[in-house]
Amino acid sequence: MSAAISGPGAQPEARTPRRIYRGLMPSDRAFFWLSRSIGALVLAITGGIGLFLLLQLIPTLRAYGLHFFTQANWDPETGQIGVAGALVGTIEVAGVAIVVSVPLAFLTALYISEYAPSGIKSGLVSIIDLMAAIPSIIYGFWGFWFFQPHAAAVTRWISTYLSWIPIFKVPDSNPHAAVVYVADRYYGSVAIAGLVVAMMVIPMACAVMRGVFAQAPAGEREGALALGATRWGVIRSVVVPFGRGGIIGGTMLGLGRALGETMAVLVVISVKFEINWHLLFTGTITISSLIADRWSEATPGQLEALLAAGCVLFAITMAVNFVAATFVTRSRSGAATEI
Amino acid sequence: MSSTLSGSAESPAAPGSSSSLQTVPSQPQPVEPPAEQAQAAQPQPIRPGQAGYGLKRPRAVTAWTADDWLALVGSLAGALGLVWVSYDRLLPFSGPVGFFICWYAVFLLIYAAVSAMAHPRQIVVDRVAAAVVHGGAAIVFAAVLTTVVYTFIRGWAADHHLNFWTQTMASTDPTAPLNQGGMVHAMIGTLWEIAIAVVVSLPLGVGTAVFITEVSGRFARIVRTVVEAMTAMPDILAGLFIYTVLIVRLGVQQSGFAAGVALSVMMLPIIARSAEVQLRVVPGGLREASLALGASRWRTVWRVVLPTAKSGLATALILGIARGIGETAPVLIASGESNYLNLNPFHEPMNSLPLFIYQGIQSGLNEMILRAWGAASVLLALILILFVTARLLARSGTGRS
Repeated sequence: MSAAISGPGAQPEARTPRRIYRGLMPSDRAFFWLSRSIGALVLAITGGIGLFLLLQLIPTLRAYGLHFFTQANWDPETGQIGVAGALVGTIEVAGVAIVVSVPLAFLTALYISEYAPSGIKSGLVSIIDLMAAIPSIIYGFWGFWFFQPHAAAVTRWISTYLSWIPIFKVPDSNPHAAVVYVADRYYGSVAIAGLVVAMMVIPMACAVMRGVFAQAPAGEREGALALGATRWGVIRSVVVPFGRGGIIGGTMLGLGRALGETMAVLVVISVKFEINWHLLFTGTITISSLIADRWSEATPGQLEALLAAGCVLFAITMAVNFVAATFVTRSRSGAATEI
Repeated sequence: MSSTLSGSAESPAAPGSSSSLQTVPSQPQPVEPPAEQAQAAQPQPIRPGQAGYGLKRPRAVTAWTADDWLALVGSLAGALGLVWVSYDRLLPFSGPVGFFICWYAVFLLIYAAVSAMAHPRQIVVDRVAAAVVHGGAAIVFAAVLTTVVYTFIRGWAADHHLNFWTQTMASTDPTAPLNQGGMVHAMIGTLWEIAIAVVVSLPLGVGTAVFITEVSGRFARIVRTVVEAMTAMPDILAGLFIYTVLIVRLGVQQSGFAAGVALSVMMLPIIARSAEVQLRVVPGGLREASLALGASRWRTVWRVVLPTAKSGLATALILGIARGIGETAPVLIASGESNYLNLNPFHEPMNSLPLFIYQGIQSGLNEMILRAWGAASVLLALILILFVTARLLARSGTGRS
């Protein structure tokens, strides 16, 4: 083209104007059509799972009625099928995980964004990302073999000295007895499962929090320092108020992960189908571990019940995630102050 | 501040710096042209030993003083001594975890008290807050480190046998010693399943990301919302969905293919989401330049947008693989269990590393648990390799742009 213009042998008769497409070119039309159909396919697959699960709720509710939500036992032989025990267990495990992991994730995010030397910062971020990539079964395995004996010693201490708080009580146990069967009483409890799940929540919450902390406007930071604030003063007056949306959003995202966690919980807990309010006492069940535990022996009718239980979990997770997304987008992140 | 500055500017002329400092405020014309000052100061830099040197050097604002160090080290040592004496000897507590918790709590108290003796409240709060933040981060990094190191240490018992890498469990009794049997069938199964998952989810995921960022519109926003919501879907539900639809209703065998599809259903939203983030950071100016040169939208995407985001997309894919390769719940439901080498993903059950680990835990047999640790260390090593690759790719990408 350029040769035709600048070259000595430019042809004067090449006057017919180049054809200009007003609409879309054929390749573009194909491209739009293709990408739109990919989008539609992905929407059908992902949205289809949600719709499919919702539809499974209908036959189960028709068969078991509202007892499905109040019955704690999952005993298909006697026709007693209910999700109450698993639902309470799910919420308890997720609650313990959040209570433990959010402060730790917050402190780690603060350390990485405010305290860590700049040379090792990216390395620390990689370690947190790696923590998110470690499979849950390995966390469960580690939790069962390495972590549980130590954690049980701590939960035993708590139940010995704080048993006047109802949730810390361990039924029919005398902690001052000569021989205490720790494994019988304290292993496989909600608290230990929650602590293991916390390992999976920390990287998620920490990544979101670190992201918003790093975006705290430099002008406001420097202003606080110039007014004589200490490092903690900067954190309290600039970083944390700026990152509040991210802290809440990260917490909610972590909660979504904690509610759905399957394998780590299944490996650690001792399966017991009842509503267990004693967090430190052995035995519980969560919805996802219920599905992983029972799918293999399920008849088609029970499979529908398992799917209905999955639907309850799905609804809770989606609601939590939706709230999280709202908080993260509503935070001031990205809106730097003008100076 | 201003007096020290002008004082130091005068100091080369007047050898006695203190006297020059005193003369500055009494000058009748304090406002001098700044250019003259700079010219006067520049030709003669002040060297150590020369008068006025101490005034010129700025105070180091972040350096730790001896007081800071002594307060920290002293509090740590004092707390250690106090807990060492009282814990387990005077008080009825025991166990290493409790020891560290008590040590840390006592350290915080002593540190606050020591700081309060010499400093105002703000500095006490600042020091205690720094100690709490460092402590919390240390717990988290120690937890990651123990998980990784403990897995490799326990895995070594099985890993150092060559047969663990070359044999299957087909003709080996589960209770046989570790120099028989191995996990190669699980390894092959994992590779097959993750390959199927990548083949399905990579084009769909990147295609969705292209659709969301390059085509846009109301429909794209709906797709984006749904995909974003589905990244939080519990992994077990992906497996249960595939099991019910593909295996129970459509009659597909439990196989590596079903497991791969279940994994891709789980990985698809993750890859689509992170690919979309990578495409969104491609500068709009590049797209406009390409369109202004007469390229069609499709050529712009294919020749400009995707090559620019190439390393970011690779990172997104590798992180998606790292997530999918360790997922146990979908594989548990969709692939079925086998103890022999199966090279055909469409026929008969296929084992995989996460499933092998789970079987080992469930069996409760000592040898199988050791084999499970071996498989866990192999899985972790695979993830570490993927991870380092992703980091290197990401670094090369940022270096080029």
